[in-house]
Amino acid sequence: MTLEAAPTTRVELDYSGGERLTMNMGPQHPSAHGVFRAILTLEGETVVAVDAVIGYLHRCHEKLSETLTYAQYPSIASKTDYVAAMTSEFAYVMAAETIGKIEVPKRAQYLRVIAAELQRIASHLLWLGTWCMDMGGALGGGATIFLYAIRERETILDLFESLVGARLLYGFYQVGGTRYDIPSGWADACRKTIDVIDQRIGEYEGLLEDNPFFLARAQGVGYITRELAEDVGIAGPLLRGSGVNFDLRKSAPYSSYEDFTFTVPVETAGDCFARYRVRMVEFRESIKIIRQALDKLPDGPISSRPGLKSVAQTRIPKGEAYSRVEGPRGEVGCYLIADGSAKPYRMKWRGASFSNLAVLPHIIPGHKVADVVAIMGSVDPVFGEVDR
Amino acid sequence: MTHEQARTVIGERFGGAQVDPTSAEATVGRGVPLTVTVPVDQWSAFARFAKESLGCRFFSFSTAVDWKEQGLEVVARIDNLDTGLSIFMKTKLGPGVSACPSLVPVFRGADWMERECYDMFGIRFDGHPDLRRILLGDDWVGHPLLKSYAVDTPHPPYR
Repeated sequence: MTLEAAPTTRVELDYSGGERLTMNMGPQHPSAHGVFRAILTLEGETVVAVDAVIGYLHRCHEKLSETLTYAQYPSIASKTDYVAAMTSEFAYVMAAETIGKIEVPKRAQYLRVIAAELQRIASHLLWLGTWCMDMGGALGGGATIFLYAIRERETILDLFESLVGARLLYGFYQVGGTRYDIPSGWADACRKTIDVIDQRIGEYEGLLEDNPFFLARAQGVGYITRELAEDVGIAGPLLRGSGVNFDLRKSAPYSSYEDFTFTVPVETAGDCFARYRVRMVEFRESIKIIRQALDKLPDGPISSRPGLKSVAQTRIPKGEAYSRVEGPRGEVGCYLIADGSAKPYRMKWRGASFSNLAVLPHIIPGHKVADVVAIMGSVDPVFGEVDR
Repeated sequence: MTHEQARTVIGERFGGAQVDPTSAEATVGRGVPLTVTVPVDQWSAFARFAKESLGCRFFSFSTAVDWKEQGLEVVARIDNLDTGLSIFMKTKLGPGVSACPSLVPVFRGADWMERECYDMFGIRFDGHPDLRRILLGDDWVGHPLLKSYAVDTPHPPYR
């Protein structure tokens, strides 16, 4: 975006008299969690309009996917939402499997669930740390929770490293199953790690919820009604923080999620604090699911299509499918159209962050500038997924 | 409401709509959508009907597909989060046509989705309050997701 191309104000302001200030926030802003520019129109310290400018990280994922085979793209898919790379790989391979009616062995389904839930914990930890740092002053320095959360996240990345060899972008999911099985001793290491996190989450809750400054900045801020939530199509913890009991793992179970016992947290307040509460409970529910999956992990093959000789060997018949996965940020969808060749005809990402971010212009007006930072952090956007 | 009931209701109200026969076997709740193809002039009327009468208030996403000589197709997915009914709306614009009614008056979530669709396919959404590029720069030439736009189309650096 060039400066000349800066959009003109598009929100009609019902305001007469006084001064109005247009302030630029970003695209490089420590609280933006990526490259995001918000053009704020201010009346004093109060925001009256927001123009969100995105696209700085656009890498033409959808065009690119038309040039890559079904075996090649999954590891690229992880680069959409790089904070929860497992999730987008998951959605892509599930779409291809749905069209091709490809069975996934039970063991692979469980391994997929374990990876996806570990990823949710890692992603939520990064959110918790960065969001608390965003609200720095309120938390006596701010970096306290950040450092703790990153320390915990490292232990999960270590698990991924010993599973896949990579710490951020994995290529773990493949059409038909998973690429790797868990190495010996991994299950025990995983149990120990989640036990530690399970215990420490409670400590962080205590640090935060006994802090009146934290509560003052999170409660009653960034209110999203149920009606607005559905209309804009926000998902995940934002939707459940607004009183909608909708989680794809329960509502439309995939990959054997129906085998596990867990609850879906729902809060009705719709503010930043409600979204925080939903995510804090999700930590524990994910840990529960991982424990059950490790306990019940069936024996057997990890892929129904082992031993691919070339990247073009996976051919998907003509057809289309929309697969959706409950990612850490909500519904990650992959709309795939296959024409019978080794590459998709068209692929569309429904990035959860894209839809979630689209709610900002509706909820920020009326808040103070400092609240913009708290609200943006509570949305937990990942700009790789917004811009794709 | 089962898929079969939804089909009947849609058939009574929208004569021009085609409901994908295969999806009728699927039951609601397993996430299999009901695919409904409507004429362009009923696009927004159908969306309003689905929102108000079928309870599909959740706007999941909308996008387009370039079917080359058959022209562009606009699709949108909406869900009823309470019953699990999902509707995949489709409309064919026809060869050479790139205008479509906007869904923004019905769903606010269509705002950014249609801007992206305009950005990538050049589709003009009539009734959209703020139709401009969203992911690409304002000075970008062409609409990349059209099949006529080659992957290696040269463009000047440093945009």
